[in-house]
Amino acid sequence: MSQQLIQGNEACARGALAAGCSFFAGYPISPSSEIAELLARELPPRGSVFIQMEDEIASMGAVLGASLGGRRAMTATSGPGFTLMQEHLGYASLAEIPCVVIDVMRGGPSTGLPTSPAQGDVMQARWGSHGDRATIALAPGSVQEVYSLTIEAFRLAETLRTPVAVLYDEVIGHMREGVELREPTPDELGRRTSPRTAFSPTFLPYAPDENGVAMVPDFGRGYRFHVTGLMHDERGYPTSDNAKVAELLERLERKLEPAVAAVPPERYRLDDASVVLIAYGIVARTARAAVDVLRREGIRAGLLRTRLLWPLPAAALTEVSRSAELVVVAEMNRGQWALEVERLAGDTTVLSPYLKAGGSVITAEELAGHVRRLTREGVAVS
Amino acid sequence: MTLESLEKTAAEGPPPESPATAGEPTLPEPPPSAEKRFLRYGMMPHMLCPGCGHGIVFEAMLRALSSRYEQLDDIAFVAGIGCSSRVVGYVDACTLHTTHGRPLTFATGLKLARPELKVVVVTGDGDGLSIGGNHLIHAARRNVDLTCVLFNNEIYGMTGGQLAPTTIPGAYTSTSPQGNAETPFDAARLVEAAGATYVARAQSYRTREFEEVFLQALDHRGFSFVEVMTDCTEYFGRTNRLGNGADLLFSQARVEPAIDADLAGRSTLQEVPPRPVRPVLEMGVLHESSRPTLDQAMKLSGAGS
Ligand SMILES: Cc1ncc(C[n+]2csc(CCOP(=O)(O)OP(=O)(O)O)c2C)c(N)n1
Ligand code: SF4
Ligand SMILES: [Mg+2]
Repeated sequence: MSQQLIQGNEACARGALAAGCSFFAGYPISPSSEIAELLARELPPRGSVFIQMEDEIASMGAVLGASLGGRRAMTATSGPGFTLMQEHLGYASLAEIPCVVIDVMRGGPSTGLPTSPAQGDVMQARWGSHGDRATIALAPGSVQEVYSLTIEAFRLAETLRTPVAVLYDEVIGHMREGVELREPTPDELGRRTSPRTAFSPTFLPYAPDENGVAMVPDFGRGYRFHVTGLMHDERGYPTSDNAKVAELLERLERKLEPAVAAVPPERYRLDDASVVLIAYGIVARTARAAVDVLRREGIRAGLLRTRLLWPLPAAALTEVSRSAELVVVAEMNRGQWALEVERLAGDTTVLSPYLKAGGSVITAEELAGHVRRLTREGVAVS
Repeated sequence: MTLESLEKTAAEGPPPESPATAGEPTLPEPPPSAEKRFLRYGMMPHMLCPGCGHGIVFEAMLRALSSRYEQLDDIAFVAGIGCSSRVVGYVDACTLHTTHGRPLTFATGLKLARPELKVVVVTGDGDGLSIGGNHLIHAARRNVDLTCVLFNNEIYGMTGGQLAPTTIPGAYTSTSPQGNAETPFDAARLVEAAGATYVARAQSYRTREFEEVFLQALDHRGFSFVEVMTDCTEYFGRTNRLGNGADLLFSQARVEPAIDADLAGRSTLQEVPPRPVRPVLEMGVLHESSRPTLDQAMKLSGAGS
């Protein structure tokens, strides 16, 4: 199949269209706006809906309303807009409304560095909404992967009935690469859960299936039911029964587990590695180059590239970080994911993250230099 | 009635008014009132306080709906957060209890996704005019084809009677203990200026008139808005010493000579200085016009029809 030279944000919009997205609501913000602009051209001729809302809160609300109406719906934004969406992301998690949110990360906090790359929203994606919210966040590392992981985001959102965030930085958003725009198979598209029984007065819209996913119907399909952001029972009615609330929260977390196997990490030269780099997004590319540089110098380096930030791929992280002498988490923030790895690493492993939050990508040379210094100091054997 | 037995009746509909006892001669059951068939019994008991104007308006809504529909399968009721917003949960339909201030955003998405569905939004004065004020003017500007009913009790009922953007000057609330220093919004005029194509105002005091404009709003194509003046007896009434639910209902109508005369003798209304005075508001249909709805303009369905 032929390749097309396109930008990351265009790959995202193409992925969304391939995934059957038929509703977009959003509010302009750099460096994500190209996604909205492209979908504004592409959706209406297909009979689908594009709407620019009055802000990001409204955008997320419209996406959820459309999703309840049966559409595959999404929005795209950047850090400040992602912040405004947090209340509705919590709503979507609790009420089990599928949706996809693209966050093209820029420097923060606040207006920050509007057109510079960053990876500062990792923890916002995890904990930005109040309460114990379980969630899924994907981190593509190339323009090709923006395309495929946007499709995968829709599959996970629809099959697990949950919001899914796709996080990538400004450089991936604006970089152009050759991309193969392969049409997804039905399995890659996935299907939303739906009720297995006809409507009756005893119908339970929030009864989970065998995978712990509620079988909520779409609105206006003959089922009358209630959707609320209050804690609810299987009828969807508000409850403050402690046991039912605990069970619900536990189920909402457990039902996301399949995402870990669905989006496995990529292992590069890890088999005999004593120095393990851990990276995601754009940094994983420079980290890969750093591994090659270090190997040429006789340092046994390897890379674990993750494409899934949340739920945490804990088993893979534990395994590599316990077998290594030195673990370097490289990320463009002040150490968000590094703390998670620290929790999982063994006592004998040395952890020395390489962090950079100034608004430019970590280079291979910076990263190799960091490892070189540490090996020279005897932290790890080469 | 215990909670469990209420839960049981959820599936079965209204409990019989008087259970027949074996052997005793029984009179035929009166048919359940029309509006009751739209109630979601599993949600009972409801959370409104005795005397709350929201209950009066809600009953009138159900009555109006029952005069028009056999069942509510193709109507979605969308609400925000507040005592007023809670009433949608008591309707046996597709009901969506969203976040505080945002029901119109969900409703806009739903309507564009499924133009064939009728969408009714229930919001409060805090929900629709304060936190959700921006969404209200934009939904009106877009002429989204839905009906928005704003229950205006001039206060935040659910959170314990705080100041609202509709609280009348001088009124006492838990966050205006010296009396409200701000000027309230005129919701109906605001929405009209923003581009709504049907705007009416009604009162819980006169439910027939409310039903009439509510049905007109349902029939209207485009953004139809009904502001309905209701009373929070628990907070607005008590804090301002305006009396009980009935007194408050009368106070909605104080300009009418007959009622004015009747009220003159009531110490609760007349003798507690300083007492906020409710302004005289114009009731009925305030504005009606026609232009393409958002889904028509976007050619989603039924364009031009
Ligand atoms: C984001 C957010 N802020 C604040 C609240 C708390 N809150 C719940 S209802 C409400 C006010 C409701 O007032 P109104 O819409 O007038 O409804 P009423 O109870 O008077 O009918 C507030 C402030 C909330 N739920 N969410
Ligand atoms: S607090 Fe006020 S608005 Fe809320 S139910 Fe009670 S009387 Fe009604
Ligand atoms: Mg109110």
